[in-house]
Amino acid sequence: MNNHALSITLFVIFVAATLGITFWASRHTKNATDFYAGGRSFTGLQNGMAIGGDYMSAASFLGIAGIIALSGYDGFLYSIGFLVAWLVALLLVAELMRNSGKYTMADVLAFRMSPRPVRTAAGVSTITVSIFYLLAQMVGAGALVGLLFGITSPAGKAGTIVVVGLLMIVYVVVGGMKGTTWVQIVKAVLLMTGAALVTILVLAHFGFNLSSLLGTAAQQSGKGAAFLEPGLKYGVEAKGLASKLDLVSLGLALVLGTAGLPHILIRFYTVPTAKVARKSVIWGIGIIGVFYLLTLVLGFGAAALVGSKAIAEQNKAGNTAAPQLAQKVGQLIFGDTGGTILLAVIAAVAFATILAVVAGLTLASSSSFAHDLYAHVFKRGTATDAQEIRVARIAAFAIGAVAIVLAIFAQDLNVAFLVALAFAVAASGNLPAILYSLFWKRFNTAGAVSAIYGGLTSAVLLVIFSPVVSGTATSLFPDAKFNWFPLENPGLVSIPLGFLAGYIGTRLSKEFNAQKYAEIEVRSLTGAGAEKAVYH
Amino acid sequence: MATQHDESSTYEQVQASAEFQELRRRYRNWAFPVTVGFLLWYLLYVVLSGWARGFMGTKVFGNVNVALIFGILQFVSTFLIAWAYARHADKKLDPLSGKLRGEVEGTISE
Repeated sequence: MNNHALSITLFVIFVAATLGITFWASRHTKNATDFYAGGRSFTGLQNGMAIGGDYMSAASFLGIAGIIALSGYDGFLYSIGFLVAWLVALLLVAELMRNSGKYTMADVLAFRMSPRPVRTAAGVSTITVSIFYLLAQMVGAGALVGLLFGITSPAGKAGTIVVVGLLMIVYVVVGGMKGTTWVQIVKAVLLMTGAALVTILVLAHFGFNLSSLLGTAAQQSGKGAAFLEPGLKYGVEAKGLASKLDLVSLGLALVLGTAGLPHILIRFYTVPTAKVARKSVIWGIGIIGVFYLLTLVLGFGAAALVGSKAIAEQNKAGNTAAPQLAQKVGQLIFGDTGGTILLAVIAAVAFATILAVVAGLTLASSSSFAHDLYAHVFKRGTATDAQEIRVARIAAFAIGAVAIVLAIFAQDLNVAFLVALAFAVAASGNLPAILYSLFWKRFNTAGAVSAIYGGLTSAVLLVIFSPVVSGTATSLFPDAKFNWFPLENPGLVSIPLGFLAGYIGTRLSKEFNAQKYAEIEVRSLTGAGAEKAVYH
Repeated sequence: MATQHDESSTYEQVQASAEFQELRRRYRNWAFPVTVGFLLWYLLYVVLSGWARGFMGTKVFGNVNVALIFGILQFVSTFLIAWAYARHADKKLDPLSGKLRGEVEGTISE
């Protein structure tokens, strides 16, 4: 049995197990609270693992290990931003949101505002952010399948995207939040185990001497000591000030974006109380932090044992560094068969990772469509639970179908920037609206709508006019040239613009409701009147 | 069930109470300065990575340099702040918020 056949077998076992869980979950999904929030009955540890599952995407597993393997230290900058970001969620958002919201991000924003305009804005932003993220993951799946499973024909890649898309639709439509959460938990366990296993083998190979691992990595990278220092990928000296400002811009979007990502925010609703939400974020921080420390060893280990050149030959972005390392270190320690088995395991885990993340994103966008746009904007709050769930399921199907078609269409485009764009939109539009809603007494409908649309449009427009889309050889459209904005990441400009738009919008409107502010402030801090858990 | 108007005035009364103001003060006086602190600490790291390459590349022991230690310290500070917040919330926030929650829910469901 070769490694591809073994990978596919392991992946099929994962799919069968998670589908089993999903159908079990569907029998325990009876009302809207079950479908949107998993009955709010998950424990802190369970939801903490699911937070890790939702957050540790293939981009962070394969992507960060790859950046470290090719550009050394700079990949670590990414991990740090992704981790520190969780403190914003822990200190300012998770508990207050659990206490004052119900199913979606918009519940908190619409609490003391005129519901229709605010929910429309929040729904548009949620669906936009989720689809950007979803598209990047699905195109990534198409690209990886060749390297992981040996499927390289265009039809094979398109077929893979369809299979991934159909599976994510089934998880969400059938299992709702309950099924999706369990898929995240299973995936988090597999990913942590796989990453820890390879890390331990790499460290063992170097006699648990970190300095010797780093030294070999620097040597094998062909870049010497510079490989262990910042500056090979971000803030490159030769590219001048714009490149350094781009580094700051990326850093800001990473650290402020997480607490505005809709698929992360709805995780806080799956637990019984704010105190459990707090515990789950602390578990999440522990799991995610350890995971990024593992990827640091994986990245440097790949550079040291496989060599940067051999990795770049397989994949320009270095996305295969982790699987290649698994094969190499398995071979060094257990012989050829060991290498084949370890490669197959890591490839299957990487694919499970993609599948779980896209399911989380589909759930977030279909929930927002059904709860915000359909139930509150279109039906003005008169929809029944059963109607809402039915629309959410149809929406999951439709969003999944659209994502499949777009991903097949975008297969050969370089869409990796969409993840950074999703973080930038979340930090520029969603985060200002959430923080103002929770903490600023004077905030009102005009302010919420201006913050969201202001942040969303400035982030998207700046990216359209950036080198990511045109003007350079690696752009989406290399032959066009309308790149007057010099930074690849819009955050440095769009985040302040989002906060400013929210401030100005608020000041320009006279609307203010002291009673509703008293209610959200008391409820968010005390948990009075918070939605209760449902146990079947 | 009380009417909508009564519920709203209950929240306003609680909001004005000394106990709630104490809870709000304890929460904000911890969370806001710490947030500013860790964001500045993180930005310092990003700015040094961009503009103080010589310092970041200084070797401390073996092949381990300042940049790597600084990065690991960001992990350490994140874990410590998460732990400290959990302690603060358990000791200083939860007892007070639990008491106020009981009072509000008691008043509203009467």
